Amino acid sequence: MEPLTLNHYLGAAGLLFTLGLTGVIIRRDLITIYMCLEMMLNAANLTLVAFSRFNGNLDGQILVFFTITVAAAEVAVGLALIVALYRIRQTTKAEDLTALKF
Amino acid sequence: MAWLLLLAPLLSAVAITCFTRPFKKLSLGISVGAVALSFLIALGLFADFIPAPTPFTWIELAGFKIEIGFLIDPLSKLMLLIVTGVGLLIHVFSLGYMHDDPGVSRFFAKLSLFIFSMIGIVVATNFLMMFIFWELVGVSSYLLIGFWYEKTTASDAARKAFLSNRVGDFGFMLGIILFWSLTGTVAFDSGVLVPLHGVVGYTLTVMVLLLFCGCVGKSAMIPLHVWLPDAMEGPTPVSALIHAATMVAAGVYMLSRIFFVLELSPSALDVIAWVGGITALFAALIATQQDDIKRVLAYSTLSQLGYMVMAVGCGGWPAAMFHLATHAFFKALLFLGAGSIIHAMHHEQDMWKMGGLRKKMPVTFWTFAIGTCALSGIPFFSGFFSKEAILAVALNSHPALFWIAAATAGLTAFYMLRLFITVFFGPAKSEAAGHAHESPAVMTVPLVILSAFALFAGYSAFGLSHFLAPDGAELHFAMILPVSLIVVASGLVLGFSLYRNQTKDPVLIPLFKHKFFIDELYDHTILAFQNFLGRLAAWCDQWVIGFGLVRGSAFGASVGGEFLRLFQAGNIRGYAFLFSLGVALLLYLIFS
Repeated sequence: MEPLTLNHYLGAAGLLFTLGLTGVIIRRDLITIYMCLEMMLNAANLTLVAFSRFNGNLDGQILVFFTITVAAAEVAVGLALIVALYRIRQTTKAEDLTALKF
Repeated sequence: MAWLLLLAPLLSAVAITCFTRPFKKLSLGISVGAVALSFLIALGLFADFIPAPTPFTWIELAGFKIEIGFLIDPLSKLMLLIVTGVGLLIHVFSLGYMHDDPGVSRFFAKLSLFIFSMIGIVVATNFLMMFIFWELVGVSSYLLIGFWYEKTTASDAARKAFLSNRVGDFGFMLGIILFWSLTGTVAFDSGVLVPLHGVVGYTLTVMVLLLFCGCVGKSAMIPLHVWLPDAMEGPTPVSALIHAATMVAAGVYMLSRIFFVLELSPSALDVIAWVGGITALFAALIATQQDDIKRVLAYSTLSQLGYMVMAVGCGGWPAAMFHLATHAFFKALLFLGAGSIIHAMHHEQDMWKMGGLRKKMPVTFWTFAIGTCALSGIPFFSGFFSKEAILAVALNSHPALFWIAAATAGLTAFYMLRLFITVFFGPAKSEAAGHAHESPAVMTVPLVILSAFALFAGYSAFGLSHFLAPDGAELHFAMILPVSLIVVASGLVLGFSLYRNQTKDPVLIPLFKHKFFIDELYDHTILAFQNFLGRLAAWCDQWVIGFGLVRGSAFGASVGGEFLRLFQAGNIRGYAFLFSLGVALLLYLIFS
């Protein structure tokens, strides 16, 4: 079996990213959209780690730590927003949230 | 030891305000004791029995030092004796006069604060220390004029006094800053004037006139004189102490203290002399038509202050200080006499409701008579000598001012006789006057002591000029004697013939009665202008800031937001799709 190259990793990351983006676009539930967003973030993380591994320096991995930290905070805020939204509107469906429309 | 001179009244004010206010007897004891202690120390300093303390440095910067200390020279010795001596007598008088007032402790705390600030002005060694105490005097004057603060007239008068003083003090402050920038120091020391020798003449004139502004405010010269007559709303002992004997004289004292600066600019001295002379005549004219006994005395004070300032402007500051000393005694005497009368009349101040008090209040009558003679310049009373000295100074430098001053002397005799006859002679013109009786001893004893000074203080003149200025101006008497005797005699004769046995004023001159309409003039110019500015500011606040900026920006943001809502479809997934499409397009454009 041939060894794993950088392109394998980048392909997997691209697949993950496309999956996430598709989810964000077509899913209706806010929580699922949220999980898809996280998947896109992790696809980016995967590319960073892969570049770091194959270029032989640690810059990419350090950046990944930051991304994970920010993502954790973002998840906390985002989920709290969704919970608050549910309390007011009794829904987490994206198409019910049209208040900004004139 | 000598520091107690300054600190005793301050400690008294603090102790009474913080601790002993509910205990009236104790508060009175503390306050009178403190001023008595100050008086004793002032006597000690006067006799060189107590040495002046070494000053300490308050602020020290590179090349600039401000000291707090005592400047003890003949000028300040004399003034210290006047301030603490008259202050002590007036404290004692107040024991009787304010006896029934519920706020008597507060009154004595404020009197102590005033004595503290006034002593500070007198002993100040530099401009900055003087300015600090100068402002403190303004504050204590404000507090005492507004002592009966529940009376609207009293609190209005207090604010008027404070604001007029502030206008003058602002000029004084600018003058001090200019002095500092020119000489690099603020000390009262003629040695520091060396850098001024190369300075352009008009800069010096501006500086001297700015310094004079302080005197204009504090000593109530035209055009800032309006506060002094209104200040009579305060209790009568306050009028005697602050608005006749000491505080208003602080301006004259300051001019004498800084005369070494003033004399650098002869043209500014001319302005000072003319302001003084015009104030003297102007106030005397108004005094002839006032009905309130205290207001007559207030305008008389203005007139006498004008005399003193005129004397300084003519270069004769020893004569001014001499008149300041005698005036402090006889004007305090007259005010306290008026206080005694007002006390007996149950706080009636209209002289046309008095009359026939000669028999009922013999001590007040005789002491008031001595005060009247001294103020009118009857020969051999103290006022005579000092007035002659000022007339002589005026004749030597400005003959025109001499005639103004002589006319003022005649008017003074006239209005004092008018007051004297109306109050003490003729029938009783009201119920209260019929039942009046003599005041208690605690009030009459200070009257008697002050009248002794009013009688004899003039004889110190022969040593005083030498005491104040060993090598300076001599006081001359002989040459102007005929003129002054004639004007005083004609004033007396006119007053006697007009006001004998009158029950209401036979003369009515609206211009004098309404004080030359100066208050009305200020109402219609300065006050109207201020009101206009106030309304303009209110309009700007309401419409430009409130409506335009605050609400306007909120309105703009709100309308902008509503406008942007037009572009919203309300479909989150649609946004995400378009967003990713946009990113893809961007990437395509960049990398192809």
